[in-house]
Amino acid sequence: MADFEIPKLTEFQLIPHTKDGVMAHSQPYVAKPEFQESLGFPGELVDNWEEKAVEKLGDLVKGSRALQVFLDACVKCGACTDKCHYYLGTSDPLNMPVARQDLLRKVYRRYFTFAGKYFPKLVGAVDMSKDVLDQWYSYYHQCSQCRRCSVFCPYGIDTAEISMAAREIMDEVGQGQKYCNEIIGKVFKIGNNLGLPEPALVDTLEGLEEDVLEDDGVAVKFPVDVEGADVLVVTPSADFFAEPHIDGLIGYAKVFHAAGINWTLSSYASEAANFGMFIGSHANMQKVSLRIREAAQQLGVKRIVFGECGHAWRVAYSFLNTLAGPFDFLDPNYPVPQHIIEVTHDLIQRGAITLDKSANDEHRVTYHDSCNVARASRMGNIPGGQFVLPREVIKASVNHYYDMAPETVRESTFCCGGGGGLLTDDLMELRVKGAQPRMNALQHVVDEYDVNYLAAICAICKSQFAKVMPYYDFPMDMIGSVHGLVSNAIQLGVKE
Amino acid sequence: MAIEVAGNTIDTDEEGYLTNRDDWNEEIATAMAKEDDCDLSDNHWEVINFLREYYEEYQIAPAVRVLTKAIGKKLGKDKGNSKYLYELFPYGPAKQACKYAGLPKPTGCV
Repeated sequence: MADFEIPKLTEFQLIPHTKDGVMAHSQPYVAKPEFQESLGFPGELVDNWEEKAVEKLGDLVKGSRALQVFLDACVKCGACTDKCHYYLGTSDPLNMPVARQDLLRKVYRRYFTFAGKYFPKLVGAVDMSKDVLDQWYSYYHQCSQCRRCSVFCPYGIDTAEISMAAREIMDEVGQGQKYCNEIIGKVFKIGNNLGLPEPALVDTLEGLEEDVLEDDGVAVKFPVDVEGADVLVVTPSADFFAEPHIDGLIGYAKVFHAAGINWTLSSYASEAANFGMFIGSHANMQKVSLRIREAAQQLGVKRIVFGECGHAWRVAYSFLNTLAGPFDFLDPNYPVPQHIIEVTHDLIQRGAITLDKSANDEHRVTYHDSCNVARASRMGNIPGGQFVLPREVIKASVNHYYDMAPETVRESTFCCGGGGGLLTDDLMELRVKGAQPRMNALQHVVDEYDVNYLAAICAICKSQFAKVMPYYDFPMDMIGSVHGLVSNAIQLGVKE
Repeated sequence: MAIEVAGNTIDTDEEGYLTNRDDWNEEIATAMAKEDDCDLSDNHWEVINFLREYYEEYQIAPAVRVLTKAIGKKLGKDKGNSKYLYELFPYGPAKQACKYAGLPKPTGCV
């Protein structure tokens, strides 16, 4: 099945002995000039790239006090070393967060600190060189920016920020990653990561209306570009295309139908994902975000609701107002923006929708906290709401729910192994190995409680699990959308 | 990268997808499948032909659900599901079948 060794699942999460350089060969395809240029980056490695890279690093450090502190503050205490799923799954010591940070830190020291300028050997400072660039390209594409390490760092050093900075520098000197940059280009050109044009979107949604009518006998609508709708739903385009994502989309539509909420999708802002964050590019992140604002204004909606997409919720919750605000044209009685989980949770609390849990009796469910939701956002109006609300929505929809081990969920959740712009076939070895800690935790609830359904609220997590679970002998259809469970349980009233 | 078919060299991208969709013909599809140790049956061709027709109309491959529904109508309800499609295309119907059909690889969180 694979031309690499698949990690074993173990009773306890083992911390492997280091194996130097075992993942040095792992690197994604480099973006072609056309994809680079459509994002405003040079097509290929520029002539004086060493100089440019150092200059860009200087700009980034000057522009972000956080980045400078992260580069200065590390005392090599070692708390992070066994926290990264990629280290646990690969044994490569450069996948220890501190070592990953040091790949950038050693260049920072050389050019921007007194000791590094005059006594580089004493402080491990090195010149920017081709070897350094190659290591960056490999190991900064072995970080899913999940931020688990930062939870355990006594200084709160955020490796994701460092990996974003490194990727931005590489883009600026002309060596970007194909997967992310091609996708961002598609958003600018067509409106979503998939490259799904409006007629195909409309055709797909009409098909879903037929399916729901046939299955449930109720005419649930999937509206697109409806001016004057109350709610604009912005969801990952995978929800229109892939399994099990599409069951989630059907769930959202049923929730709006049952609650009598007038909603619409937009063919212009037909993407929640914002890969501008993965490549650390503020300019691209902003350009993607502005499409949502434009769509909301053009359609005249009162609310914006985000579908099940992990990093989109980080961008939406934490940055949207700065990137594309102010949203003073929206209804201030609702959170701006709102998550579909918050919408459904609120409707359940108020008794505005009815769920029949027995519809999911075949499912014994556990929940995977997606990293960006868990560690970079919130839901509802209580601290930790991002952990509580999704579980409450699931528990209202099913009779059998079991959490995975506490050190693997909530703020300590393990990444699915495919986040941060790494969900690409050229990184399959990394993705399979990086999933090992999550698969380990899953195996325990399968053994103990016969769990057969892993629920998630992130398009990347869903696609990643569908792909890697068979390597660990789990069926690929074990992964499902949270709103797929809601979809099964929700009562739609009078049938036609 | 490139693929050799009947003495001609046809350009592909790093992952083996055709660079130019107009280069496609049935021999290329068969040759690509052979590289994956896959012999194309009539049922494979039903999928490949549907993908090409859909792409012609919409400039994108169909959603997995649209594909399973169409195949269910053509080959019988028991075959209208993604399990059946994975039996035909074990690397994933969306990606593997698109490749043989000469279409670009679906991108994004899929």
